[in-house]
Amino acid sequence: MIKKFLAVLLVFAVFGCGQKKSDSGAEPEVSRKRAIPNAVYGDAVVVSMLGDATGLIYNITSDSASHDVADKIYNGLVRYDKNMNIVGDLADSWEIVDDGKGIIFHLNQDVRWHDGKPFTAEDVEFTYKFMIDDKTPTSYDADFRLVSKFEIIDKYTVKVSYNEPFAPALISWGMPMLPKHLLQGQDVKKSPLLRRPVGTGPYKFLEWKAGDSITLVANDDYFLGRPYLDRYIFRIIPDTATTFLELLNGSIDIMGLSPLQWSKQTDSNPRFTSQYNKHMYLASSYDYVGYNQKKPMFQDKRVRQALAYATPKQDIIKGLQFGLGVEATGPYKPGTVWYNPNVKKYDYNIETAKKLLAQAGYKDTNGDGIVEKEGKPLKFELITNQGNTVRTSICEVLQKSWEKIGVKVDIRVLEWATFINEYINKQKFDAVVLGWNILNDPDLYDVWYSGNCGGQKLNFICYQNKELDEQLIAGRKEFDPQKRKEYYFKAQEILAEDQPYTFLMVPNALVAVSKRFNEVRPAPAGIGYNQEDWWVEKDKQKYSFQK
Amino acid sequence: MLRYIAARLAGMIPLLFGITLICFFVIHLAPGDPAQFLASMNPKFSETAYQKFEKMYGLDKPLPEQYIIWLKRVAVLDFGESFSQDGKTVTAKIMERMPVTIYLNVMGMLLIFLIALPLGVWSAYKQNSLFDKSVTVFVFIGFAVPTFWLALLCMYYFGVIKGWLPISGLTSYNFDQLSFLGKVWDVAWHSFLPVLLSVFGGLAGLSRFARNSMLEVLGEDYIISARARGLSERRVVFKHALKNAMLPVVTILGLSVPGLIGGSVIFESIFGIAGMGQLFYQAVMMRDYPVVMGILVMGAVLTLIGNLIADICYGLVDPRIRYGKK
Repeated sequence: MIKKFLAVLLVFAVFGCGQKKSDSGAEPEVSRKRAIPNAVYGDAVVVSMLGDATGLIYNITSDSASHDVADKIYNGLVRYDKNMNIVGDLADSWEIVDDGKGIIFHLNQDVRWHDGKPFTAEDVEFTYKFMIDDKTPTSYDADFRLVSKFEIIDKYTVKVSYNEPFAPALISWGMPMLPKHLLQGQDVKKSPLLRRPVGTGPYKFLEWKAGDSITLVANDDYFLGRPYLDRYIFRIIPDTATTFLELLNGSIDIMGLSPLQWSKQTDSNPRFTSQYNKHMYLASSYDYVGYNQKKPMFQDKRVRQALAYATPKQDIIKGLQFGLGVEATGPYKPGTVWYNPNVKKYDYNIETAKKLLAQAGYKDTNGDGIVEKEGKPLKFELITNQGNTVRTSICEVLQKSWEKIGVKVDIRVLEWATFINEYINKQKFDAVVLGWNILNDPDLYDVWYSGNCGGQKLNFICYQNKELDEQLIAGRKEFDPQKRKEYYFKAQEILAEDQPYTFLMVPNALVAVSKRFNEVRPAPAGIGYNQEDWWVEKDKQKYSFQK
Repeated sequence: MLRYIAARLAGMIPLLFGITLICFFVIHLAPGDPAQFLASMNPKFSETAYQKFEKMYGLDKPLPEQYIIWLKRVAVLDFGESFSQDGKTVTAKIMERMPVTIYLNVMGMLLIFLIALPLGVWSAYKQNSLFDKSVTVFVFIGFAVPTFWLALLCMYYFGVIKGWLPISGLTSYNFDQLSFLGKVWDVAWHSFLPVLLSVFGGLAGLSRFARNSMLEVLGEDYIISARARGLSERRVVFKHALKNAMLPVVTILGLSVPGLIGGSVIFESIFGIAGMGQLFYQAVMMRDYPVVMGILVMGAVLTLIGNLIADICYGLVDPRIRYGKK
């Protein structure tokens, strides 16, 4: 722990010795701490969003558009680096104390809000109180409610305490910090900051044209150094086909491509190849088939395993994703520290599947092609949500494929609200094709803990396993990544053996980025983690702005 | 006449009341509620969030009570606040989108009338000629072709390949820095394709209507007698036939008033235009009840007013219809 702490300190010692702010000059001095060789300032990046943001206070919005924008405006105390390690952001360093029950954050003393006021421990305290206030319309209060005590030690040091060690606590402080001097005593739903946010981040808010665009401008005073690009522009284009045309036209700089666009519509088009580079990395999500454990037919492990053996994962990836993805074997992203590569695998094998079904007592006695047990045919409904063509196609592939082992499947595709309210939350389904995002913290408690079955909780398939519960509880209390890993490795083995889900695939994120940007380097964290370092040579700069 | 209008206006109130009642309960019948979108299917969301939001939006009260609360506010023309996190009022949200939609719809409708009426009238006059037949084919192609598909083709050809027209949006990014004339030109340039395509798609209805109406009139006895009296062809067609043939068109005009504020979702999505269609669609998908109800009430009011205007216009153009006299 101390070693890591020192390492973090060292990193910040390098960054930390920048210029002090000049108090006399009327013009704020541009913070030039970024040291990319040869980099020059200027130009802008234009990205597209499918929907308009709802509000620009990160902590109370939950749509991805709002978060994408707010991400550039705010900082938390900690963040993930490009390799998904937790590093300091507004906090220079931290100490884990009291056997994991307390965290002391040492804040960076050089940070100012976009309006010039200094950022201090008071703002951290305010943000904490804001998050646990019942009047705050936030969905992210759970982690903060676990805090038993919050203390301000001095102007730049805070201590948070918990009743018991809670490993995900540290990254929960990656939640953006909010300015106390602008929000205290105000009704946040009426705050002007929703429309004109003030943060500490690399970009400052400039303009929001509802339904059209949001423009951010580089923060000259950013404590980690001004970003090289002058502006960050979000354009709202609700249609992906239109977005792709705008891309070909050169009007936007970054776009997430569909597998079809990636493999068929880009390499052959000189308009695309002359302007863009393609980047591919594993997305942080996986698709799965979940079996409702409350249904008698799915309570036998052998049935679930048989279905897993009869699932042609490779064909699904090849046929539906154009090969742009990898097989999923558990709830983690392959290649990350938490991923256990040595779990039981279910390579497509119809014979094994048939054998397992026979062992479970299923035989086709009446010759209709469907296997029965005690007169009941193995027949169920597979549901998924409307609007995701890949998932609908997965259902069709599974229907065809499971038919070969004598399992009859009906497909039903439902509108999202109906799907969640009438089927998932009420547990009125047999099996479901759905996806989860893979979070950076390995905690699986919400989705897999036995107690989270039922109601509106996330273990809606009601998988309950004492052994798994023990791993999940222990994993939440362990801060040391090496020891923590062991619990989750074991958890993955249990899940792979039991197959409460058949894990299908982790798709690739497919991104086109304009060639004029330097320093674009995909990493496990994706592509945007070092966006502030991106720069464009003077002669290639596309946009210029008057100050 | 004034008494007639007053009576009609008074008659609208129970009608409007009934419309809101039905709308309110139908939208609440759809599964799901706004709290659910803010607090479900995400491991990072806290478990208590759902109840918190439900209470915040007043969704924990029984439905009839919610309706009464809503009605009380609407009675003083307050449509409330949107459930979305931006904290804007429904009126502000609608006002933000309305000008764009009205501009596009008025432009579209104006052009449709200017083009479709002469086309229809001339087709009727030259019934079964080559002109008539090609017009028929042309307007029905416009009617039948999926607009989004044609739009994408046009955007690709004129926008990407030729570079003559912008692809999406209604203004350039530097719109605010343009001069007044520059702004007018910018908007016209951006709205060229959307308006053109909506006109192409909308020609069929009106031109067919005008053609049929004209044909009917041209077959009337008084046209034959007008010709028999040796009136010039121009006088027969324009003075005697056209005036009478245009009577049903007035109905269409009245009925299209509510259409002025309704945008097309697909159209607006494709062209990236922030109009009423998208606002309504997103509000429905997010179960943003105040916004949905606000737009529905406005639509209902305009439909009723449109009908009234059409009826009044009848009285003005058709001497056989007189209101207020027994």
